[in-house]
Amino acid sequence: MPKDFGVGASTKRREDVRFLTGNGQYTDDMNVHGQAHVHFVRSEVANGVLKSVDTSAAAAMAGVVRVFTGADFEGVGGLPCGWQITDRHGEPMKEPAHPVLAQGKVRHVGDPIAAVVAETAAQARDAAEAVSCEIEEQPAVTDMKAALGGGALVHDEIGSNLCYDWGFVEENREAVEEAIRGAHHVTTLELTNNRLIPNAMEPRVAIGDYNPSTDESTLYTTSQNPHVIRLLMGAFVLGLPEHKLRVVAPDVGGGFGSKIFHYAEEALCTFAARQLKRAVKWTASRSESFITDAHGRDHVTKIELALDKDGNFLAIRTETCANMGAYLSTFSTSVPTWLHGTLMAGNYKTPLIYVNVKAVFTNTVPVDAYRGAGRPEATFQLERVIDKAARELNMNPIELRRRNFIGADEFPYSTPVAVQYDTGNYQATMDKLVDIADIDGFSGRAESSAARGKLRGLGVNCYIEACGIAPSNLVGQLGARAGLYESATVRVNATGSVTVMTGSHSHGQGHETTFPQVVADMLGIEEGQVNIQHGDTANTPMGMGTYGSRSIAVGGAAMVRATEKIISKAKKIAAHLLEAPEGDIEFKDGSFAVAGTDKSVAWGDVCLAAYVPHNYPLEELEPGLEETAFYDPANFTFPAGAYACEVEVDPETGKVDICSFAAADDFGNVINPMIVDGQVHGGIAQGIGQALLEHATYDDNGQLLAGSYMDYAMPRADDVPSLVVDHSCQTPCTHNPLGVKGCGEAGAIGSPPAVVNAVIDALERGGHSVGHIDMPVSPSRVWAAING
Amino acid sequence: MNEVSFVVNGREVSGEVEGRTLLSEFLRENLRLTGTHVGCDTSQCGACVVHVDGNAVKSCTMFALEAEGSNVLTIEGMANEDGSLGVIQQAFQDHHGLQCGFCTPGMVMSASALISENPDPSEMEIRDYLEGNICRCTGYHNIVKAIQAAAEATRTQAA
Ligand code: FES
Ligand code: FES
Repeated sequence: MPKDFGVGASTKRREDVRFLTGNGQYTDDMNVHGQAHVHFVRSEVANGVLKSVDTSAAAAMAGVVRVFTGADFEGVGGLPCGWQITDRHGEPMKEPAHPVLAQGKVRHVGDPIAAVVAETAAQARDAAEAVSCEIEEQPAVTDMKAALGGGALVHDEIGSNLCYDWGFVEENREAVEEAIRGAHHVTTLELTNNRLIPNAMEPRVAIGDYNPSTDESTLYTTSQNPHVIRLLMGAFVLGLPEHKLRVVAPDVGGGFGSKIFHYAEEALCTFAARQLKRAVKWTASRSESFITDAHGRDHVTKIELALDKDGNFLAIRTETCANMGAYLSTFSTSVPTWLHGTLMAGNYKTPLIYVNVKAVFTNTVPVDAYRGAGRPEATFQLERVIDKAARELNMNPIELRRRNFIGADEFPYSTPVAVQYDTGNYQATMDKLVDIADIDGFSGRAESSAARGKLRGLGVNCYIEACGIAPSNLVGQLGARAGLYESATVRVNATGSVTVMTGSHSHGQGHETTFPQVVADMLGIEEGQVNIQHGDTANTPMGMGTYGSRSIAVGGAAMVRATEKIISKAKKIAAHLLEAPEGDIEFKDGSFAVAGTDKSVAWGDVCLAAYVPHNYPLEELEPGLEETAFYDPANFTFPAGAYACEVEVDPETGKVDICSFAAADDFGNVINPMIVDGQVHGGIAQGIGQALLEHATYDDNGQLLAGSYMDYAMPRADDVPSLVVDHSCQTPCTHNPLGVKGCGEAGAIGSPPAVVNAVIDALERGGHSVGHIDMPVSPSRVWAAING
Repeated sequence: MNEVSFVVNGREVSGEVEGRTLLSEFLRENLRLTGTHVGCDTSQCGACVVHVDGNAVKSCTMFALEAEGSNVLTIEGMANEDGSLGVIQQAFQDHHGLQCGFCTPGMVMSASALISENPDPSEMEIRDYLEGNICRCTGYHNIVKAIQAAAEATRTQAA
């Protein structure tokens, strides 16, 4: 029976009411009294020496308050990178400076050069046209091969475009080489993981504000993690102590990773507000978003899979070039390494794995985490090469996977790439997929497609991801410059209602609904009695924010721990009121009872006693009922699943239509099934977008060719089919209190290989042996593959 | 500066605008009706859809001055008189047709126009109609379900 409240219920989202009535409060909906507006002057060339910036004409224009340039930021830090990678030889990565406004050089189209502050947005925009920049253009480098092969330099001071050359596990290198050399069969695949632009529908916005009477700065910003921004911007860029800096991320219109990072515009607005002693607001146009929001993916990979004669996996070797863009964005360096290499075992028992990654600077927008971050790249290459191997060995791709699955009885399972999966049952999710995708009925559907002159294909794949990021001591050893715990304060009010202040941040995930489901269940009160506060450093405990499917697994766990502390203290108060030993108090359904008696006291009375402590053990217990917990996870969580896609390819035009898509996921326990379904739907649509439509291409001069919605193909309603999703296979996580694994990224990780496997399958069945087609699998690429 | 006056959500409004002021800008900045969102600058995303004299219009693609004398309906005018969610809004909540909520006002306004043009749209008709509305969060699945449910509820109400 589906529950109708608490954990496991599809409670409707309370936040919807404000979004549906136009009462959401997104950053651009806010205006601060007396604010000025900023417009950025940005580089139109991809690589060049910035000889001079003449702001005099702009400064003289109507309404202009001030024009800032790189010179204003000479005494200020640059934008920091949050993760240091150590290369194969024990050397630290190359970490060039990333100034707030360009100093001496511009390195990508969109690099900010000057910021014009004026009374109105239109005046700032007009005056920005009058800033004249003398730039000596230099050849640009956008292709990674060229960048490593002696092309133009992005950062002259480094002397090459190599950020790091990472090997993992370096000790396995030789053994993997040997295993591949001696194997019965080796399948090799070269592929690219196409560059994407996250495109949250709300463009980024920043409003800096300053209060001279208290010397306090406030930044309102479109962020997934306001505390992280406060720390990075305060400590590393502007030198503002945290008690004088407040960061607020109100309603945020989607993030998908792109709003994790600390961006120059945030620092500029905060800095300018202090200088000008008035608020300064910036709202990105979508055109600006395209050339300033961190992009995603952009890997070029060669993968080899060695198998024995029975199809058992023996070894995997993969070599990847990962594009960093022109600067190191906040978490850019961790994505192709720790978030990618550690997932190369997938759902399989492969004894030997070696991953090599070269991170490369190019004259393009910085690349960083985008929904899945590293894990889609790992999954795509692994699941594509397995499919290719199955074809080469004339084996059924599902059977080949089943043969190599880690068995349900083998958990906890330590992979050769340094992670330990706590739980899983990959046969079960595959069984579920075979059922919900009606895989047995495929051949009948293929025949009816053929009758209409279409080639039908079936693509299946598995995925695993590491979520619930992450144990702080572990990531610290791996180079993270931050801890990755989460926090919650549970404040019980005098009349028994509850306010939870969380360091997690909701930008579409529905925390305002799901978090109360958990707390209400624990306390035996109605969900409506619990409220969530998030997004403001002034009223939430220090927390690391929301990304990597970590909110419920880490933030939710912190909330559970804080609520447990509440219950424990409340029991003490109840024991006093009931004049019974604490050990005899049982708490159930919102009532404290003395075991084995009919004596009890209600939740509300205990709360009131805590705040009106007339009859209260004041000698032993503080009044009040408010507790904070910080939760640092013991391990990652490992959601996993199996996905199937069916496509029809029109052999005349190369057009691919998705006929059906099914997803069988294991997220462990689920708090709100409706919201989980929605997360998977959205992820799958983004994965279909990557597989068929989206491609952030640059020309040789470093101009972004896909710089608007007319050129960058976002999935629209008619590009996505109706989706079949199921998360009834549940192997609860063993190391967090809710047994949850996280569901935010699965769809985007699991879907691209399913789509591409399906297209290749369709073509093979149609007699076109194509091996591989790179994403996006566009009609022209498919047509070219068919027609040689 | 020019004077413009029209009706928004049943209320007479007027203001001074430049020739270049967009209707979306006027709604958001002058009238502070910030439910109408701006998600792009190429008339592609549909976050800004409102109704002008009963037609769905991208308010980022119309000058405020062009609205002179017209009747404009925005997301703020879609709730029932008692403040409860209107039929389409309720269907979006019931079917989880929104996540971050940024595309939502435009989706609801487009859905409303679709249902008045076509009271019983098929799944494909809904998907086609939403060509000009981008959602990055939901994968459209639940938006389509919400619109189907809203159409059905509207037909029942009318019957
Ligand atoms: S803002 Fe009007 S279509 Fe995007
Ligand atoms: S709900 Fe976020 S863009 Fe549609």
